[in-house]
Amino acid sequence: MIITKQKDIQKILGQLKGKDRVFVVGCAACATKCATGGEEQVRILAEELAKNQKKVTGTIVLDTPCDMRIVKKELLHNEKAGLAESLVLLSCGAGVQSIAQVCPERDLVPALDTLFLGSIERLGNFNQYCSLCGDCIIDETAGLCPVTRCAKALVNGPCGGAVNGKCEVNSGQDCVWILIYEKLQKNPTNIKKYRKIKSNASISKPQRIKTR
Amino acid sequence: MKFAETLKTKKFIITAELFPPKGINVQSLLDKAKLLRGKIDGFNVTDNQRAVMRLGSLAICRLLLDQGCEPIMQMTCRDRNRIALQSDLLSANTLGVENILILSGDHPSQGDHKEAKPVYDLDPVQLLKTARALETGVDLAGKKLDGSPQFCLGAVVNPMADPLDLQLAMVEKKIEAGAQFFQTQPIFDFKLLETFVARTRDLPAKILIGVFLLKSAQVAIFMKEKLGINISPHYIDRLSRAASPVDEGINIAAELISQLKPHVDGVHIMALGLEEHISEILDKVK
Ligand code: SF4
Ligand code: SF4
Repeated sequence: MIITKQKDIQKILGQLKGKDRVFVVGCAACATKCATGGEEQVRILAEELAKNQKKVTGTIVLDTPCDMRIVKKELLHNEKAGLAESLVLLSCGAGVQSIAQVCPERDLVPALDTLFLGSIERLGNFNQYCSLCGDCIIDETAGLCPVTRCAKALVNGPCGGAVNGKCEVNSGQDCVWILIYEKLQKNPTNIKKYRKIKSNASISKPQRIKTR
Repeated sequence: MKFAETLKTKKFIITAELFPPKGINVQSLLDKAKLLRGKIDGFNVTDNQRAVMRLGSLAICRLLLDQGCEPIMQMTCRDRNRIALQSDLLSANTLGVENILILSGDHPSQGDHKEAKPVYDLDPVQLLKTARALETGVDLAGKKLDGSPQFCLGAVVNPMADPLDLQLAMVEKKIEAGAQFFQTQPIFDFKLLETFVARTRDLPAKILIGVFLLKSAQVAIFMKEKLGINISPHYIDRLSRAASPVDEGINIAAELISQLKPHVDGVHIMALGLEEHISEILDKVK
């Protein structure tokens, strides 16, 4: 799921300068799981805004703000939202932009910073294991992703700088190539896959925009 | 002699590392190089070493060529995408620089522009293959080149890396991708190197073992504690007791090279700013 964290309240208030009436939007999916944009965080932010002399015309937690069909159905014609000058959005950047596309006239204030696609270990403990490269190779790397988990995104093997199994860039992190190797060793056919040079044909895909 | 030719001989190969200044005053570096002309086989010029922004490797390599020194241009994968990397490979060749040492490069977070975007569009294996592809007259997009370059390609290996098997698999991959020679991280104990030497002896590439000029006990302690490099307490002791630690460092480096000489293809000397002392090291090698 998409990992987000809330912006500093002063930053949010700064964006709302000159706007008196606001409406707060949350997300029932990732941002709820992350405890950054669920019912509770929406309520707390609304209270915080009220304390700072904002009139909160209402709140809503959309099922998935990143789904434009839902934004159209639940938010576009929401009366209370209509009364506000600004919408304060507790969703990831994809949610904010879906809302922006469906409601082009509205003043939007993103209240979260979007960090990465994460795997949840336990609440508040998220790991970045995949960076959505668009060309998955982890069948050749023992199911562990070097594109994301190696600090230098080396896909053919390690840099040689690991110290005691830890990454040379961040001693708090395991060198993923050592983890990969340990796992591969348990299966000789996998080692063969590792030895095959991974070419560069399609590893870098910074954007994948599909419109239809 | 061209470095590619040197690699074909049975000669004990010696290269030294030079790092470009932060700024445009190149004279002191060129003077240091001049002292070594004729004494070593290659002048290895770093590429924004330790992710600290400096003058480019290519400019220095060309200046070295002009004064009769054989340059080896380091090229990291850190700062350039595949377009810039290929273009710079062509630029180097056009300026007469054929020897390229390819490495991943220290991460920006370890340098002096910590917020810089890490690129790593290609990894070292892929960049080696890319250089070889350019030699055949096509680029990574499969487009034909108007005139193709010729390279002598090198890469790096860490003989002390654990697990060694993984490093050796990497060496084989790099050779398959086009590496003709390797240089290693600094080594301070030949004993620790024996397994590595035995297991790489028959590979079709020359391996130059890194030798570092320790200028003080503090540097040795830093390398041991912060970089995890195995330096025997005996050396640290000698350095801290010496009247002139640099002279003692020179002795240590010369001893190491003398020990290595019968067993390895060559050495790569890193003097980190004290390059003017490299010829003293070489004079003391037995
Ligand atoms: S290779 Fe890594 S980044 Fe790419 S899709 Fe697979 S897990 Fe994600
Ligand atoms: S130490 Fe391992 S994880 Fe870190 S950059 Fe090197 S290969 Fe990648």
